[in-house]
Amino acid sequence: MTNGEPRAVVFDQVSKSFGTKQVLNNVSWHIPSGEALCILGRSGTGKSVTLKLTIALLTPDQGKIWIDEDEVTQLAGPGLSRVRRKIGFLFQDAALFDSLTLYENLALPLQRLTDKSKEEIDFAVDRVLGQVGLANDKAKMPSELSGGMRKRAGLARALVFEPQILLADEPSSGLDRITASEIDELLLRQKAEHKTTLIVVTHDVSGARRVADRILVLDRGNVIAEGTVSEIEQSENETARKLIGGKE
Amino acid sequence: MFNVFEIAGQISRFGARAAINAFRRPFEGAEIVRQFAEVGWKSLPLVIASGFALGAVMTLHTRSTLVMFGAAAVIPTVQAFAFFLEIGPLVTALLVAGRVGSGIGAVLADMRATEQIDGIESLSIDSFKFLVVPRIIACTLALPVLTLFMDFSGLLGGFFAEFAASRLSFQLYIFRAFSDFQWSNFWPPTLKTCVFGFTIGTIASFFGYTTNEGAQGVGKAATKSVVASSLLIILLDVLLIKLIFFMFPGSAL
Repeated sequence: MTNGEPRAVVFDQVSKSFGTKQVLNNVSWHIPSGEALCILGRSGTGKSVTLKLTIALLTPDQGKIWIDEDEVTQLAGPGLSRVRRKIGFLFQDAALFDSLTLYENLALPLQRLTDKSKEEIDFAVDRVLGQVGLANDKAKMPSELSGGMRKRAGLARALVFEPQILLADEPSSGLDRITASEIDELLLRQKAEHKTTLIVVTHDVSGARRVADRILVLDRGNVIAEGTVSEIEQSENETARKLIGGKE
Repeated sequence: MFNVFEIAGQISRFGARAAINAFRRPFEGAEIVRQFAEVGWKSLPLVIASGFALGAVMTLHTRSTLVMFGAAAVIPTVQAFAFFLEIGPLVTALLVAGRVGSGIGAVLADMRATEQIDGIESLSIDSFKFLVVPRIIACTLALPVLTLFMDFSGLLGGFFAEFAASRLSFQLYIFRAFSDFQWSNFWPPTLKTCVFGFTIGTIASFFGYTTNEGAQGVGKAATKSVVASSLLIILLDVLLIKLIFFMFPGSAL
């Protein structure tokens, strides 16, 4: 699947609809390993669906999705599990399990899917909680965490398997600018220190400008622009220029 | 009408999937114990209080009629047969359908709406096996235990009502209650509640796990879980009683 540069994720002619609503329409794009792609677009244009298709939480109606050398739409069972472990997913509202403490939220996948001892699991959990600045909060329940802390906790859980690819759905939504930029910094640090590929869905243009190597703009299920920030600013497509906040 | 059959088919497939997964590794022991405590232990006060009150009320109602026919001595027997054969299993199942069924439906629907189920899947954990199977197993195992508590608390309630009226001793009450009792009167009705428990767990999990209506779906899932499982329990009861009579002719009064 790779020609030249190694590609972390490839969407090839992917379409997805829910009932009569066509959410993605023959969408194709790719991201090289270790780069950061921000997906911009108006609400309801298929950005979050794109992330869920990437990790196979949804299945496309047609088209192919590649993670490294694996075509995820063809995978199930252990094969899909193996691919998913390469991917971390930061959900919009963190999606932490209500009934478990922060420590248990992070330890759960390690307990179930690895042979690590309790000490090794404790070490791994402490490491990622330290990374996101929540080392002293591991006994708290998700309901005891503030919005920013929940996002960081969600990020910690996404990082617990040391993923090659990190998907983030609106990482700055509902956060003040300072907290949002802290989350962006965490994403950038993850990319710089671990060469993690980032795919970030966001409405926060300033965050996208800071984090992205490339921007993908979706509108009504189609890719209307793709490129660096400056390329999008000079795009022929008016909607893309408006979204990135460039000259109209 | 077609929709009803379609949903019935989906629920059946959902239940069959749960039954198959219950025998596959990993066995989710810790989660089953946690759900058993949720379903069984937390339902216990409701079941015991209801059983006690029902037992007392039933004795108060039947006593005057039986005394009129000079049959006051059979009050404990009537009470025991009524509770062990029918009232205990059915009322326990309906109470659990109300308390636990709505809870399971709402919790799973909320987890779906807040993407917690997607979160579990994204971590390579089988959410069906982790969330649904333990709840169904817990309901299946807890129902017979809760039914026994309902049966005996019903007898106890009946005893207090009888004692207040006739000063009958506890030993004589228990002797009369079980003098004509056979194992075939005890095991089949008690174990049929496993079917009720499986039904409650399956239906509640189905409506909660498969909802896609966001926050609005939480309330709907809870309501649908209670209505569908209560109705199905009553219908299944008819079938199971016929089956028990067929398999254990001695249990037919």
